Amino acid sequence: MELLYAITTGVLSTCGLYLTLRGRTFPVVVGLTLLSYAVNLFLFSMGGLTTDGAAIVHGEGVYADPLPQALVLTAIVIGFAMTAFVVILAMRARSEVGNDHVDGKKEDRE
Amino acid sequence: MMQHLIVFPIVLPLIAGIMLLYQRQGLVRYKRIVSVVATVLLLAVAIGLISQAMRGEILYYALGNWQAPFGIVLVLDRLSALMLLITALLAVGAVIFACAGDDEKGSNFHGLFQWQLLGINGAFLTGDLFNLFVFFEVLLLASYALLLHGGGKARIQASVHYVVLNLAGSSLFLIAVGTLYGATGTLNMADMALRVAELPAERQGLVTAGALMLLVVFGLKAAILPLYFWLPRAYSAAPAPVAALFAIMTKVGIYAILRVYLLIFGESAGALTALEQPWVWWLGLATLVASGVGIMAARDLKLLVAYLVLLSVGTLLVGVGMRTEQATSALLYYLIHTSLITGGLFLLAEMIGLQRGKAGTRLVKSRPMTQGKALGLLFLVGAVAVVGVPPLSGALGKALVLNAAEGAQRLWLWPTLLLVSLAALIALSRAGSTIFWRSYRGSLGGNALPRRQWFAVIWLLSAAPLMTLFAGPISSYTQATAEQLSQPQILIDTLLLDAGDAP
Repeated sequence: MELLYAITTGVLSTCGLYLTLRGRTFPVVVGLTLLSYAVNLFLFSMGGLTTDGAAIVHGEGVYADPLPQALVLTAIVIGFAMTAFVVILAMRARSEVGNDHVDGKKEDRE
Repeated sequence: MMQHLIVFPIVLPLIAGIMLLYQRQGLVRYKRIVSVVATVLLLAVAIGLISQAMRGEILYYALGNWQAPFGIVLVLDRLSALMLLITALLAVGAVIFACAGDDEKGSNFHGLFQWQLLGINGAFLTGDLFNLFVFFEVLLLASYALLLHGGGKARIQASVHYVVLNLAGSSLFLIAVGTLYGATGTLNMADMALRVAELPAERQGLVTAGALMLLVVFGLKAAILPLYFWLPRAYSAAPAPVAALFAIMTKVGIYAILRVYLLIFGESAGALTALEQPWVWWLGLATLVASGVGIMAARDLKLLVAYLVLLSVGTLLVGVGMRTEQATSALLYYLIHTSLITGGLFLLAEMIGLQRGKAGTRLVKSRPMTQGKALGLLFLVGAVAVVGVPPLSGALGKALVLNAAEGAQRLWLWPTLLLVSLAALIALSRAGSTIFWRSYRGSLGGNALPRRQWFAVIWLLSAAPLMTLFAGPISSYTQATAEQLSQPQILIDTLLLDAGDAP
């Protein structure tokens, strides 16, 4: 499971990074979203991966580290708000500047 | 009551911000009163906290009474109390300036302003790495909206860069925090310092990676050389009161570097001690050089001030990079000075722009100003202070930083800092003479400026003479702060050992 998990996180962050470095705002926003998914997965795994473990400790048996779950919840909420904001901002920039290049250039030099 | 004072800098702006959410026409006066009163109260709280911190003990506040390694704590030591006071001083100036009319150019200025203060204060107080992230996000989200306040093409363009960069930075912050948690098993900074001290050798690589990623994030906030390109555009495009408040934002990055690396990677950290030091020192020097070039090239007063912020960041970073008690004390003195003065200069630039009409803050010939003499005098005070010409506070701050360098460091720091200061001197005298002396003959232009704006600028710029007059007490405070920072063990003991009998 570790291998699959690591590959998923890696692929997500690679795609996210690639898209973030693009010149148009739409791919950049999608890239940031993918990046935040990758980060959430990464955070989730930071306490180690446990299968069939209870999140609440009863004092016995296997249990999953509850802290990363709390943290990832916070991170998801914040990431969600930020994505909403950046989408609106990109739309505003598109309408004010007249094109969707991140530097506001007319010429497409990609 | 007194024991709960620590949580006030967070709760007060939160409540004020919620009260300011109420929207209706014709509530301008109510909003201004609430915002100014809340900010002045914040200043009073900050003064109360600094007088507590001055006694030298470290106080903490365990939220919900969950004790340190497990619960969330707010920590008040000399450094955080000082940062809170600077923020409050700057905020009072900025909010009064905004009340002169800038707040009505968009919606909900005051509410966002208070939440920005909430984020900044929280970042200064928290003793927990993940909460540092949360408060960073709070202050960033408020700052995104504030940067856009009033709208306009330049602001939106600058915002896109600022927001995208900071979102990427937040992702990196989470990765770094995750890595450090995975390697040490804790998020509390004091506890992490203990765990790092007894770290097994095979995990050192992981912790190093996490720590240096954190440095990238803090560097993005503080605007270190390869990561500063968002700063000049964002700061020069921001509305004046927002730009003035942003003067403290780069210092949040500096504060975080000081706090995390002096506490967690202090002398007890073994092989990981001072792992950030070479990076910070060399990149700080490079930032200084870059800011010198930017200062000489700037053709707009606001852009010039933005590059002056960068210069101060460079100076602070080399101070951090020296990593001695003396250097920390020097950089803290310089930090107080530079936050207040650059904040004041942003406000002053806006006033000059208003008086010059169409020419704005561009450094070109224009019509003469109605209140040119008074503005010129203030500009002189601000410029002398920020460049570091005696007799004002900038000279003392720079001399302290220069004096703190030792041996080979002097060889690098002295020529760089002095030449960059010379560049700033040249650029500011050129800017001053263009703005105040090179004008068309003809009628005076511009209406008289509101009294609130004058008050705000004088409030902030008066730091320069006052900090020279009271240099003794201030530098003895910063000295004591540096001493406290160089002994992280005290903080760790206070937080982790006497668990159980705290408020």
